Amino acid sequence: MTALPSHTDKKLGLVIDLDTCVGCHACVTACKGWNTQNYGAPLSDQDPYGKPSGTFLNRIHSFQSQPETGLARTTHFPKSCLHCDDAPCVTVCPTGASYKRVEDGIVLVNEDACMGCGLCAWACPYGAREMDQAAGVMKKCTLCVDRIYNENLPEEDREPACVRTCPAGARHFGDLGDPTSAVSLLVADRGGVDLMPEQGTRPVNQYLPPRPRDTIADVMTGDEDILAPFLAPVAEDPKGFLGWLDRALEKL
Amino acid sequence: MHPAPSVIIFSSLSGAGFGLLFFLGFGFPTVTGWVAFVFYLIAYALAVGGLMSALFHLGNKKNAVKSYSQWRTSWLSREAWCAVAALLVMGLHAALQVFFGTTVAPLGWIGAILSLATVFTTSMIYAQLKTIPRWNQPATPAFFLAASLAGGALLSGNVDAALILMVVLGAITAWHWIKGDRRFAEAGSTIETATRLQGRVSLWEKPHTGENYLTHEMVYQIGRKHAAKLRVIALALMVVIPVAVLLIFGPHHMPAIVAVLSHLAGVLVQRWLFFAEAEHVVGLYYGAHGAKRAG
Repeated sequence: MTALPSHTDKKLGLVIDLDTCVGCHACVTACKGWNTQNYGAPLSDQDPYGKPSGTFLNRIHSFQSQPETGLARTTHFPKSCLHCDDAPCVTVCPTGASYKRVEDGIVLVNEDACMGCGLCAWACPYGAREMDQAAGVMKKCTLCVDRIYNENLPEEDREPACVRTCPAGARHFGDLGDPTSAVSLLVADRGGVDLMPEQGTRPVNQYLPPRPRDTIADVMTGDEDILAPFLAPVAEDPKGFLGWLDRALEKL
Repeated sequence: MHPAPSVIIFSSLSGAGFGLLFFLGFGFPTVTGWVAFVFYLIAYALAVGGLMSALFHLGNKKNAVKSYSQWRTSWLSREAWCAVAALLVMGLHAALQVFFGTTVAPLGWIGAILSLATVFTTSMIYAQLKTIPRWNQPATPAFFLAASLAGGALLSGNVDAALILMVVLGAITAWHWIKGDRRFAEAGSTIETATRLQGRVSLWEKPHTGENYLTHEMVYQIGRKHAAKLRVIALALMVVIPVAVLLIFGPHHMPAIVAVLSHLAGVLVQRWLFFAEAEHVVGLYYGAHGAKRAG
């Protein structure tokens, strides 16, 4: 049934550190690589040498944020399914293909039951679901359910492909339902937040906001910049030949 | 939202078809024999034709039958049940009227209520979506029901009811547009709540250079610049012209045909706008809806 479970024993999910992510897209590639070769229909691409588009379960956006004072900063922003406690994508499904697992809270699609109506993708505020244009079924992040419990893999590989591959350590995987887990402690320490809390989805995945900048003033604006004295204009009021040239050009 | 022709045709035509079944079920008019045959042929062509059109929208049609399983939670599943129940009950009612000249009134009433329930369940598929604030308002089911009843009254020749219902439909549509223009700001989703970043946030770089399923389906922007003109065209075709034609020329065959065609064309335009104007909050991650800031 596409009714949501009243509670889940665990809440497996990701913690994404927006301070650390360097926007390299390695997680995007690792995700597509694993998930196109393993569970379910492959993640197809359309017109790769013309106007390319394709199915991805994880995408990196980049945002600029301009504070009240000072310079703008760039934040790389990975986004995949947040495995919400109140997942609106699950309850709208007419066929029972969408479901949330009681044992670990992972939101999955049973592709054998999906009719490709696309309503779950409409219901998701985060754009976490994409209909594969070749297979005609809905694809989404599985939290690499075929890796994390896979005893054929070495133990260090039993985590989602995106987490395993991240060279910056910006992605963390664990049980967010257990307040003593490493990911829960990290969220508490860094002030992790929900995306779009006003949508009432209660996402499991948490985002760690970028840390505040240090106190060194922006280039050219403060005394602390060691180059500032050398960059100041040398002559405010030119004299001699340059002064004559300046005045002559002004008159033209 | 991407205005998929299959879904627009489905909701417009089947709405009118179920509206006609509603009036036939309640006996306005009570028909038998060949007259009944023609009325029910039109109603079923519109209702079933619309449903078939919606089937073309599916990516994996072989699993469509599974959509009857989740009626406890899913409005789309409830719609599937209501549509089949309405068509079966009204089919029995129609068969008795056409072939036996018998009218079993309670059967018609049940069929009529199921027909209207089908339209309501269709409208709730859209109205339930918090992610599309323009749809997530009571005026959405109101205008689906009003459009269905107005179309049904016109097709069944209930001219007085049609005149009143078309004026009501015009008012509800205007209410949906006026309220809808404010809904995105009311819902409170902004690029700042989407990213939870501090300061004034803007998209610096998209995740990819091309388009994807999400931007095709949900970040549809074309046609919004003509929205005001299209709203006037929709209201003129859907309400003003049919009402004027019926009032000036009276309830004769030719004016009635003009009124029906104009009304249905207007509903199609209105339904196109319903999709094309709808803003999905996921657009915020793609730098859309910048002008829709709250406050």
